[in-house]
Amino acid sequence: MAAVTIHLPGVLAPHAGGRSRVTLEAGPDVGAALAALFVLHAGLRDRIQNERGEVRPHVNVFVGSENVRDLKGLLTPLPDRAELFILPAVSGG
Amino acid sequence: MPRSRPLSVKDGDVLLLVGTMKGAFLLRGRGRAASWEMGGPHFAGAAVYAMAYDDRAGRHRLWAGSASMHWGSVLRTSDDFGKTWTEPKAANVRFPDDTGLTLSQIWQICPGRPSEPEVLYCGVAPAALFESRDGGGSWQLARGLFDHPHRPRWSPGGGGLCLHTILPHPTDRGRLLVAISTGGVYLTVDGGRTFRASNRGIRADFLPDKHPEFGQCVHKVVRDPVRPDHLFLQNHWGLYRSQDGGESWQDVANGVPSDFGFAMAAHPHDSGTAYIVPLESDGFRCVPEGRLRVYRTRDAGRSWRPLTRGLPQAGAYETVLRDALATDTRDPAGVYFGTRSGRVYGSRDDGASWKCIADSLPPVVCVKAVVLGGKVGSRRARPVRGLRLGRAARRSQPWQP
Repeated sequence: MAAVTIHLPGVLAPHAGGRSRVTLEAGPDVGAALAALFVLHAGLRDRIQNERGEVRPHVNVFVGSENVRDLKGLLTPLPDRAELFILPAVSGG
Repeated sequence: MPRSRPLSVKDGDVLLLVGTMKGAFLLRGRGRAASWEMGGPHFAGAAVYAMAYDDRAGRHRLWAGSASMHWGSVLRTSDDFGKTWTEPKAANVRFPDDTGLTLSQIWQICPGRPSEPEVLYCGVAPAALFESRDGGGSWQLARGLFDHPHRPRWSPGGGGLCLHTILPHPTDRGRLLVAISTGGVYLTVDGGRTFRASNRGIRADFLPDKHPEFGQCVHKVVRDPVRPDHLFLQNHWGLYRSQDGGESWQDVANGVPSDFGFAMAAHPHDSGTAYIVPLESDGFRCVPEGRLRVYRTRDAGRSWRPLTRGLPQAGAYETVLRDALATDTRDPAGVYFGTRSGRVYGSRDDGASWKCIADSLPPVVCVKAVVLGGKVGSRRARPVRGLRLGRAARRSQPWQP
């Protein structure tokens, strides 16, 4: 288990009790951290992931400055005191 | 994000539910809809392809399907005309785990029959039908359609593979028609346990076999207000009617500048009367000759006449999409449509004359019209001109909201 701080965009804060930052104990990877986040704030799950448990295509998850899509996805390991950022992708029209 | 402007309404108002690519708007028309006030945007930034009003069982409930590019699609309701909306914790329309699918868009919300006030239907992309039997509290995938052996061979059109039309039969609880782009028309006569393709007579110009059992790109189907087994259908090339509940279809593209188009609406009272907005070719998809014309038939498709008064007749390169044309229940009927350029036009005289009632909106994809507090000024259904009705039909009232 590692201490993880998850940063949320403002638009998701209402689904996390108004918080834009949640610190929790989770591990060993990004998927486990998100699962722990969803236990605390169930309203975040379907906004960040689809029915298949995949991160939505226009949502990015970073560990530090690295996009987990460039690493091992939800299996990306988390170092202790990891900073995890959930951000909307640059997309729209 | 822009602050949403609230709207106050009262009985007798006409309420337009306008879904756009960047949120939903409500337009309130007062005093025979001579003046309009706009509320919104609601869900700014989210595409709203589906809206509905449910006044069954004493409700005054707005429905909207909002799709955020980032955060997914969800069904929301408002019981105070948009002042507040539900914000479901979990996605309330979702494909079950065993399907392997993920919801991309909610395309249609359809309250069920008045006799079944807790029943609603929802059409989505990828093409599937969902049903609620508890007033929208929970939604179940209609397995009778989902498990159809044709489904793997349906293919997406420009808007995706979507189920966009849901027509419950008003009196026969077993019968329901849906339409899919591209898949065609499917009917159930056993309450949804099984569905079968019902596209006899409908062309598929984009396939080697021009009359396949299924695979047509049906854009919209509407039901006659008096004869529920009479239907009109706007196809991807082709304009049709059915007089046997959708079992077979006859070409009625008589006098239209193009039989391509998306939008279609039935008159709320007059049998045999329907509206379309023809578009020029599936490549250009704008109104022909730069003239914005609504076409109306009053004789069940034997002829169509242009309605142009008040609409731009030069340099109007407009497109009206499949759910962006609607009628209300007034007498004479209000007719409304929205364009991809963000304009909303309305007529309060059955389409004889038109006025632009909203401008500079995001691209309009959905328009629904409601007369609040009942069918103010509505009247008994009228038979199609030149046709005689049986006794049962003469007694009938318009059943469409």
